[in-house]
Amino acid sequence: MAHPVQLGLQDATSPIMEELIAFHDHALMIVCLISFLVLYVLSSVLMTKLTNTNITDAQEMETIWTILPAIILILIALPSLRILYLTDEINNPSFTIKSIGHQWYWTYEYTDYGGLIFNSYMLPPLFLNPGDLRLLEVDNRVVLPIEAPVRMMITSQDVLHSWTIPTLGLKTDAVPGRLNQTTFTAMRPGVYYGQCSEICGANHSFMPIVAELIPLKIFEMGPVFTL
Amino acid sequence: MLDVEAQEPRKGKWSTPPFDPRFPNQNQTRNCYQNFLDYHRCLKTRTRRGKSTQPCEYYYRVYHSLCPTSWVESWNEQIKNGTFAGNI
Repeated sequence: MAHPVQLGLQDATSPIMEELIAFHDHALMIVCLISFLVLYVLSSVLMTKLTNTNITDAQEMETIWTILPAIILILIALPSLRILYLTDEINNPSFTIKSIGHQWYWTYEYTDYGGLIFNSYMLPPLFLNPGDLRLLEVDNRVVLPIEAPVRMMITSQDVLHSWTIPTLGLKTDAVPGRLNQTTFTAMRPGVYYGQCSEICGANHSFMPIVAELIPLKIFEMGPVFTL
Repeated sequence: MLDVEAQEPRKGKWSTPPFDPRFPNQNQTRNCYQNFLDYHRCLKTRTRRGKSTQPCEYYYRVYHSLCPTSWVESWNEQIKNGTFAGNI
C-alpha cells in the first residue's frame, strides 16, 4: 500500500514491477540530467557579462545536439520495448481467477475446480477495526498463491472500471462485453492494495482491491471460510 | 521450468486452461465464446452419433474457467429459449 507523502513507486512484488522500477529510475535519471543541463546553460547565458554582436555559425554543435537526443531517445526506447515484450511472454498459468467490476464493488470467481464466487465491498469507515486503512479495506479479499503464474480475467458488468494492484505492476481495464487477460507471478506473501482506476460513477473512489497473497501449499488446501 | 517436459500438460490432473495460440493477445472474449460454442457443438454432434460425450468435457472446463458466470448463465438461458445467436 502507499504510505503518506509517498513520492516514488511502491516496492515491487513481481519481477515485472522490478523491471518497471528500474526503467523508471533510468528514464528519470535521463530526464533530470537533461533538465539540469538546460537550466545550467540557460542561467549561464543569462548571467554572463560577455557579449558578441557577430553572427556566427556552429555546424559541429548543431550536429551534436541533433544526433545526441536521437541517441538518448533510443536509449529510453530499448528498455521500454524490452519490458513491453516481457509482459507479453507466454507463461502457462497455474491458476485462473475472474474479476468482474460492478458499480461499486468487485466480484471474484474461482472456477477452475469448483464454484467459489464472492463480492468484495469496501469496508465503510464506521466498520473499520483499529489499525485498518480507511477507504482501502474490503470485507472479502482476493486470495492468491505466490510463486505461481496466475491468470486474471477482468471484465465488467455495467460501466468501465479498472483493476489495479500497483505493487504487482498490474492495471487492466474492465470493459463491459470484453474479457481482458493479465498474468502475474507474485514473489512475496502479504496483503496488497489497489483502487479502481477508471471513473465509474459516484463511488468510484470507494471500490478498492485487496489481494492477500499466501504460500502455494496453503492455497492448495482449498478455501477456508471464516464467519 | 523452461524445459519441454514442464510445458507438456500434466497427465490426468486439470489445473487451468492452457495457453491457446489461437488467442495470444489480451482480449480473450473470443477464447471464452469459442470454447462455449465448441462444447455445445461437440455435445450435439456426439449425442447425435450416439457416442460418449466425455471428450467434450475439456471444452466445458475451459469455458467454465474463463467465462464469467453471468455470461454463461445468460447464454444458457438464450439456448433454452431458442434465442442464442451462435451457430450450434
